[in-house]
Amino acid sequence: MKKIINEPSNVVDEMLDGFVYANGDRVKRIEDTTVIAQKDIQPNKVTLVSGGGSGHEPAHAGFVGKGMLQAAVSGEVFTSPTPDQVFEGIKAADAGEGVFLIIKNYTGDVMNFDMAKELAEAEGINVDYVIVDDDIAVEDSTHTAGKRGVAGTVFVHKILGAAADRGYSLHELKQLAVRLVLNVKSVGVAMTAATVPEVGKPGFTLADDEMEYGVGIHSEPGYKRTAIKSAEKIAAELTAQLKKAFDFQPGQEYALLINGLGATPLMEQYILANDVKKQLSNEAIAIPYKKVGNWMTSLDMNGVSLTMLKLEDDWVELLNHPVSVTDW
Amino acid sequence: MLTAEQTNRWLERFAEKIEANKDYLSELDGIIGDGDHGNNMARGIEEMRKKLQAADPANGSEVLKNASVALLSKIGGAAGPLYGTALLEMSKQMTEADDLSAVVKAGLDGVQKRGKAEEGEKTMVDVFAPVYRELEAGNLTVEAVEDAVEATRELKATKGRASYLGERSIGELDPGAVSIGYLFISLIEEGLTDV
Repeated sequence: MKKIINEPSNVVDEMLDGFVYANGDRVKRIEDTTVIAQKDIQPNKVTLVSGGGSGHEPAHAGFVGKGMLQAAVSGEVFTSPTPDQVFEGIKAADAGEGVFLIIKNYTGDVMNFDMAKELAEAEGINVDYVIVDDDIAVEDSTHTAGKRGVAGTVFVHKILGAAADRGYSLHELKQLAVRLVLNVKSVGVAMTAATVPEVGKPGFTLADDEMEYGVGIHSEPGYKRTAIKSAEKIAAELTAQLKKAFDFQPGQEYALLINGLGATPLMEQYILANDVKKQLSNEAIAIPYKKVGNWMTSLDMNGVSLTMLKLEDDWVELLNHPVSVTDW
Repeated sequence: MLTAEQTNRWLERFAEKIEANKDYLSELDGIIGDGDHGNNMARGIEEMRKKLQAADPANGSEVLKNASVALLSKIGGAAGPLYGTALLEMSKQMTEADDLSAVVKAGLDGVQKRGKAEEGEKTMVDVFAPVYRELEAGNLTVEAVEDAVEATRELKATKGRASYLGERSIGELDPGAVSIGYLFISLIEEGLTDV
């Protein structure tokens, strides 16, 4: 394992302090917690809290600021934060109009956020939530813990954050959130697995000439292992999966997010973007909003994911709503 | 009810087992999960020890409650809420009745409610439930706990992160079942099942 760290058990704490050192004009760390909160939260608006295990940076602290999240709660690497920490995040964000939680669909995250919601409600804070499950690599069946929450969560942050900034009520945010989750889907591919600092070795191994489609952001197994392919062929496979899941219809509009998983250079992400463009140009759909970069990473995993959001109403406007966050 | 001293002994033995098997638990988790169960449990146990040493509990119920809060605030992931809930529900039940099997049943019910898991899904419930039945029948032994743990090997995971492996989860032990097994083996080894 080659990493620029000190004690593996201190990585989260030291990362958070470094993050605040670099972005202290915008965010602060709530003392003795793993909560990064927006400074000067605007009053009389519903506020947004998200979080999860660390190792997915810039998710979620990089999205804290006006127009997106008001607080992000970090757990240990790839491990959900605990209920008391999430509760601290809720208290830090609360501006009197209720707090909305954005949760990725993992067993631990759902349980810890649910317990935090109970703690907050016991103190009189109105809390509602949405569970994001955009990873179409997994069948949603009774035989698994359900589809996982991955990079599509970032679109949910962006749109709900804009809506909250425009004065949506907690109830209105919930209704919007449910529609967003139904319309966002992602699928990824990995060339190598991530190495958790405290574990010291990759979560799984792929040969030099192998790659795997559908790997999760904590190295959960994917749906197909194959010989390594060109960007063109990878774009064809990923867009074919999304096309099947959405059932593209002429005239539909989508937002597109190409997401690096941590160790894939931007050069390769843009090459893939160019190939995705070619694939999608064969479809009679419009892509009025696009984004390429590292949004929901998996430590040092080499790979990418493709997210599409089927657009409704004024969602493009909400995507373009100005934000003041570290990473957008 | 177990005394504070008895409950402390029980949990201290559990802590020793977790520490001794930290790498083993993470190794098991690496096969069907994400490889951090041992580290997460060890972090929780360290906090639990601190909390239990600083506390002056009146009875076993208070010890379990203190342990619950410590584990809940430090383990994280799925194991944190499950261990926290198990110990908290056992703590509550302990104030109501002396019957240890009823106490274990309360913990089991709490875990099933929190994790929405049934028996046969390759989780800690597959150790918790048989332990309760053996305890109620008056013949809980270390071998019975070990058998229940070993039996998770042949199950297919349908809950938690291991469920994404589907058929590939068969043939491996469930790390949560192994760690909760240590809790009950510690109870037996401290001679507390027939107090």
